[in-house]
Amino acid sequence: MKKISEIYHYRTMIASLIKRDLRGRYKGSVLGFAWTFLNPLLQLLVYTMVFSTIMRAGIEDYYLFLFVALIPWIFFSSSLTGGASCIWVQKEMVKKIYFPREVLPIAHVTCQLVNMLLSFIIVFAALLVSGKGVKVTILWYLIPVILVEYLLAIGIAFISSSLTVYFRDLEHILGIVAMAWQFLTPVMYSVDMVPDSVMTIFMMNPMTPIITAYRDILYYKQAPQLSTLGHAFGLGIVFLLFGWFLFGRLERHFAEEL
Amino acid sequence: MEETYAIEVDHISKRFKIYLDKGHEIKDYVTSSRRRKYENREVLKDVSFKVKKGEAIGLIGHNGCGKSTTLKLLTKIMYPDSGTITMRGRVSSLIELGAGFHPDMSGRENIYINASIFGLTKKEIDRRLDDIIAFSELEEFIDNPVRTYSSGMYMRLAFAVAINVDADILLIDEILAVGDVNFQAKCFNRLREIKAEGTTIVIVSHSMSQIEQICERSIWIHEGLVREEGAPTTVDEHYLDYMGRMHSQAKAAKTGIKGEESKKKNKTDSQEEKTGKTKNAETAGDTGKAGNVKSFGTADHAQDSPGQNTEPETVQRNTRITRVCLCDRDGQEKSRFRCGEPVQLRIAYQADLSELDNPLIGLKFIRNDALVCYGTNTEREQIRNIPFHEKGTLYCNIERLNLAPGEYWIDVAFRNFDMTALDYAEKCCCFQMYSTVNEIGVARLDHTWQFED
Repeated sequence: MKKISEIYHYRTMIASLIKRDLRGRYKGSVLGFAWTFLNPLLQLLVYTMVFSTIMRAGIEDYYLFLFVALIPWIFFSSSLTGGASCIWVQKEMVKKIYFPREVLPIAHVTCQLVNMLLSFIIVFAALLVSGKGVKVTILWYLIPVILVEYLLAIGIAFISSSLTVYFRDLEHILGIVAMAWQFLTPVMYSVDMVPDSVMTIFMMNPMTPIITAYRDILYYKQAPQLSTLGHAFGLGIVFLLFGWFLFGRLERHFAEEL
Repeated sequence: MEETYAIEVDHISKRFKIYLDKGHEIKDYVTSSRRRKYENREVLKDVSFKVKKGEAIGLIGHNGCGKSTTLKLLTKIMYPDSGTITMRGRVSSLIELGAGFHPDMSGRENIYINASIFGLTKKEIDRRLDDIIAFSELEEFIDNPVRTYSSGMYMRLAFAVAINVDADILLIDEILAVGDVNFQAKCFNRLREIKAEGTTIVIVSHSMSQIEQICERSIWIHEGLVREEGAPTTVDEHYLDYMGRMHSQAKAAKTGIKGEESKKKNKTDSQEEKTGKTKNAETAGDTGKAGNVKSFGTADHAQDSPGQNTEPETVQRNTRITRVCLCDRDGQEKSRFRCGEPVQLRIAYQADLSELDNPLIGLKFIRNDALVCYGTNTEREQIRNIPFHEKGTLYCNIERLNLAPGEYWIDVAFRNFDMTALDYAEKCCCFQMYSTVNEIGVARLDHTWQFED
């Protein structure tokens, strides 16, 4: 509890780190902040071209089917891989200044969250332009889903960032892990395509219910099932608590290991 | 009663694992025995001290003695292996300046980033913003990106933020040497204000004068233990004394070896005695940059040697200055002195009495940048008929060696009455001066102050 109130006290630090990251990232480029929107937009263009002319999947409006899941997925995977190095890259600061170390992964994940929310503007634009439309009455379901994904991502970032301090190879390993994880999550396909025999293991993946929920809301325009939400929330909390505990154990020796 | 202490450090110890093989790669795990070899270095063995609320203390000690580690433990960047640390109040540390600065962002934005890392909230920063900008003296540039700043401006901004973070306990590590003289004075004044407001301060510094100006107490940490604590003037003096002795010892060990070498040389080719001697002189004045310094020395000494003659001896003489050293009041040989300390210069010689004709002794004190600080000889001082023996020592007592902090050497010359050289020992004694008063110039003029009521 004391730790939480301390982190709350450092909220300005979290905010300014995010601001620095968002503003600093595109500094010096001609289009600047516009890249935040251009990036997902161009991705969408590529997917549309590929999947509506070359690889025709059996799913209607596949590019939208993929896009509404991919944006949340990118949020998660960049929290995992980028989170791994978030303490390492600030090692000079960690070695010399006291602040609750949790601030760094939290700031990183929150920054990714902001990126995702900005990308959602493009998602909504695409849904409207394509004629698919948006059902406003169920949009509020996005709030708990995003929140659960945020908690999960923080938990994951706690784990990956603290372990990477001790074991640097993790940063590289996690790139592969993230890729494999993406294929094990129904981002590019739907859950229905998963054979029943592996379903139990498949549902252990905390991202499965989250991605399913996103797709329910945005693509199928229907409220996600309560069981899906509960499932996602449960797994999210488990990861968060485990990450919190692990981080607390490992952070004591950060300054010496770096 | 307990609460009157802002900091309580109770028997803390800290060990570091120093890995002998630096490898972090898998092949190192596989090839060497499974557990990598490391050395446990005990940086802090058993350190305890208490700091009262509103008190300022200075941590001193030689490099690697554990004072910076102590500070890191106080800030909770690291945790002790055993013992406890109690800190009462909000802690702020000025260990790293300019943390989180982004070169592309403006000074103003960077103030927010930097101050937030010290744990200030937006409201608190808003309140201090004007103070910080005013303190940094960067009003016109505050909205320019930091990358356009000079390094001095950068540090000024960083320091302005750090010094305006108010806390109950302020920890400072060797960072007061920022900016020009005026800015340093300003930082110091601000520090005094902070102290007057009742903030507890812990400073790690190599500058004794800084510590003596601010702190009520010095703690000397030596090899992981508290060696002495008390009033800064006493503790600092003991510390400097100790460092001076260590320095002399290290040097004695070094020149001892070299001296023997050159002695051997002298024996083997005694005809080329002169070369042997210059070597001797060089080793005695070994400052690490002897080569450089020496060229200065010779040029200078050709123009104005103590005896006012031009070239040093060209004729083979048997009278020789064998050894020159400086001793403190206890008669102990040293090479580091506090400004104002009484010293005795000892000149050991051997003389061929037949060569001597009413000889005089010349002295010259030269700073390592070749400035002659003081030169004299017995002739100028009208001292005649100096008794010489075949072998002996001459003493010159200097009541107060008032040279300013720096590195110096001494040239000694023996000449006959007609100014023909007998021997000239160049850079035969090298020594350092230190001072606890932060004065400037070449030498201290003894003085007292007097004021009207």
